[in-house]
Amino acid sequence: MKNKLFWPLVTLAVLLLANLIHNHDFFSITIQDGHLFGSLIDILNRAAPLVLISIGMTFVIATKGIDLSVGSVVSITGAMACLIISKGDGSSMSVLFTALGISLLLALAAGAWNGLLVSLLGIQPIVATLILMVAGRGVAQLITDGQILTISSKPYSFIGAGYLFGLPFSIYIIAFFFIIASVLTRKTAVGLFIESVGTNPTASRLAGIRSGLIIFIVYVLCSFLSGISGFILSSNVSSADGNNAGLWYELDAILAVVIGGNSLNGGRFYLSGTIVGALIIQTLTTSIYSMGVPPEVTLVVKSVVVLVVCLIQSEAFGSVFAARRRKRDKAAKQGVSA
Amino acid sequence: MDEKKHRLIMDRISKHFPGVKALTNVSFRMFPGEIHVLMGQNGAGKSTLIKVLTGVYSIDSGEIRLDDKEIRAQSPLEAQELGISTVYQEVNLCTNLTVSENIFIGREPMKRGRIDWKEMHAEAKVLLKRLNVDIDPTKQLGEYSVAIQQMVAIARALNISAKILILDEPTSSLDSNEVNELFKVMRKLKSEGLAILFVTHFLDQVYEMSDRITILRNGEFVGEYKAEELSRMELVSKMIGKEMDEMEQVQELVESHSSIGHQSPFLETKQLARKGSIERFDLKLYPGEILSLAGLLGSGRTEIARILFGADRADQGELKIKGRSVNLKSPRIAIDNGIAFCPENRKSEAIIDDLTIRENIILAMQASLGIFKYLPKKKQTEFADEYIKLLNIKAPGPETLIKNLSGGNQQKVILGRWLLTNPDLLILDEPTRGIDVGAKAEIMKQMGLLCQKGMSILFISSELEEVVRTSHRIAILRDRHKIAEIDNHNVSQQDIMKAIAGGVPNEK
Repeated sequence: MKNKLFWPLVTLAVLLLANLIHNHDFFSITIQDGHLFGSLIDILNRAAPLVLISIGMTFVIATKGIDLSVGSVVSITGAMACLIISKGDGSSMSVLFTALGISLLLALAAGAWNGLLVSLLGIQPIVATLILMVAGRGVAQLITDGQILTISSKPYSFIGAGYLFGLPFSIYIIAFFFIIASVLTRKTAVGLFIESVGTNPTASRLAGIRSGLIIFIVYVLCSFLSGISGFILSSNVSSADGNNAGLWYELDAILAVVIGGNSLNGGRFYLSGTIVGALIIQTLTTSIYSMGVPPEVTLVVKSVVVLVVCLIQSEAFGSVFAARRRKRDKAAKQGVSA
Repeated sequence: MDEKKHRLIMDRISKHFPGVKALTNVSFRMFPGEIHVLMGQNGAGKSTLIKVLTGVYSIDSGEIRLDDKEIRAQSPLEAQELGISTVYQEVNLCTNLTVSENIFIGREPMKRGRIDWKEMHAEAKVLLKRLNVDIDPTKQLGEYSVAIQQMVAIARALNISAKILILDEPTSSLDSNEVNELFKVMRKLKSEGLAILFVTHFLDQVYEMSDRITILRNGEFVGEYKAEELSRMELVSKMIGKEMDEMEQVQELVESHSSIGHQSPFLETKQLARKGSIERFDLKLYPGEILSLAGLLGSGRTEIARILFGADRADQGELKIKGRSVNLKSPRIAIDNGIAFCPENRKSEAIIDDLTIRENIILAMQASLGIFKYLPKKKQTEFADEYIKLLNIKAPGPETLIKNLSGGNQQKVILGRWLLTNPDLLILDEPTRGIDVGAKAEIMKQMGLLCQKGMSILFISSELEEVVRTSHRIAILRDRHKIAEIDNHNVSQQDIMKAIAGGVPNEK
């Protein structure tokens, strides 16, 4: 576990230090109107949706699966919540909870759909979730009638833009779900079963594990967390954009999981690695903007950093260097003896 | 023979892995034109020695000399260029490519920057001729039998400069005719001066083929012997050391405990069947009894086991457990009814290779407890330690990954997994296959002890000696039918073989 976290943490530290060199106030945190402000807080706040989705994605990937539909689920729940709130009284708490409840039911249904396709029908995860990736965005656009739906609701916007005890509320949300996820994997057998099913589904079934149920559960969990992210994203801007909300989140989430040291082959997973992975991605995005990198090269810079992180963690890449070093040592030795 | 020049000398080789001394000062040598068998239990260091020789692992200390020149291959490719060719146990060929493509993959003959197909097929033909194989190299490999595929693997391994050929358990998936074919080729290659390193678990083959035998035990060199000067008994006792007479004890254990018949059966089937896998069969399993299923591969042995465990569903007939009719729809339900199953394919159906010994052992029990009653880690470790000790599992500790254990020890972990659930019926499908004599004896001893405690055991094995030694009753299967059932009173292996082959014993 320590080994797995080492490189992601080093990468994160390097990124933060690079920012510090460029901007000496990078680590400073100030208090305005009782709220804490600063780049670090900002990164945490903006990373919240990605962190949540990545936690879910970690479970899915640990079962040797993948969920491409997370971005679409984000747009669905955002759209649904905004729609219900726009029809009712924006300041009413009961309207808010109705909106959240119904939207989360939708997210659970989306997860159940994915889970059934994968576990019951045995469709390959990448194909099964591709269906909802495409269809889901369509559903979101149907909900918002193809428009960007803008709402004005104080209680709803608190989710993504509010502050509690000086910190953005979204940070509490990710802390809460990270703790829940950790408890789920440490204090119950869910973690063991996920790793077992991800490593060898047949053997797991023959050991008495309901492999199908476990696979079903991880897709439902993943969709549920994506749904929560949908609230954070849409409430932050007080609007729902079926077309663009959560766009490409599936790719960032997969990347966060992989950068965090998790294998796409399933089996062992590292939640804390995933969190660090998601923070790396957000830090990268933030620093590219704050350093004033021209927008047309940001994507290239981002991909180069990701490539480097992946190379560092690649065993094959490491062994190439080890072999070269051995050869050099050998040559040096022969040189001495000759 | 000692005056002849050595082809290979491996001198005082040591290789350590974290927590395991895989090889300690092992020496090994080969002469041109001989077949040299490397013997030892699983985990004795045979595979490590071969991997060291073929450049898969580097050595910690020692020296390897090939034709009096020191070599240190860094990769299998380098080893092959030096003249050390290997055919591994699991043939790794591509059945959807042609025979010649398989032989020349990665080193295709080229002409003007393109593959010279004509030359390739012609050369393949020549290479195969040398191995007495006359097949069409332009056809897909998958069209030929496993034995032919094995020959193709040998043809691929043998290039012109080959000096040593390593055959790692090449016969485990061949029938006796195919084995004979392979042996013919081996003798021919031997007469051409090749040194052949042959690894096998079959004693008959050892004595049929080998000139000399080197024995390893626990990563140490026991000795090198001329085949004709070493008796079977000596060979086995040198391989397994003290565990020798445990096999005898098993038989006594089982024989001392044959007072059944008065009890009611734990499990009973009436005309149970599954289309395409097993015809209707009646079976009664009593507490404290070992029932063996004897029959050839594909006769329906595994199929019965899978149905009784709910891994496959029966589509006809009735199954009763303790007199109550039960529908075993899934392994989960079977386990809840006190049934446990060690499947035939350990690697693909039993072990969870990325998990630790501890996790593998508690897995079935945890699955029965469910998601929320999670065993505390301390309890898990206690259970793991208990079974590591009870079953004599050789491992650095409970946190070792199961994939790093030898086959025999993996099998013991799986046995531990099920014993922890305290089942009434234990189904063992080929529990002793591919594992060494020591682990075999221990597993069979456990079987004896368990049935004495009142457990019912369904035992499947291709080795009739084990069947005769351990079981109270034997059910004979042929072509997906249960054809007979015999009480094991002085039944000989021959009797069973006759029954399998078709001579009907009368004691149905």
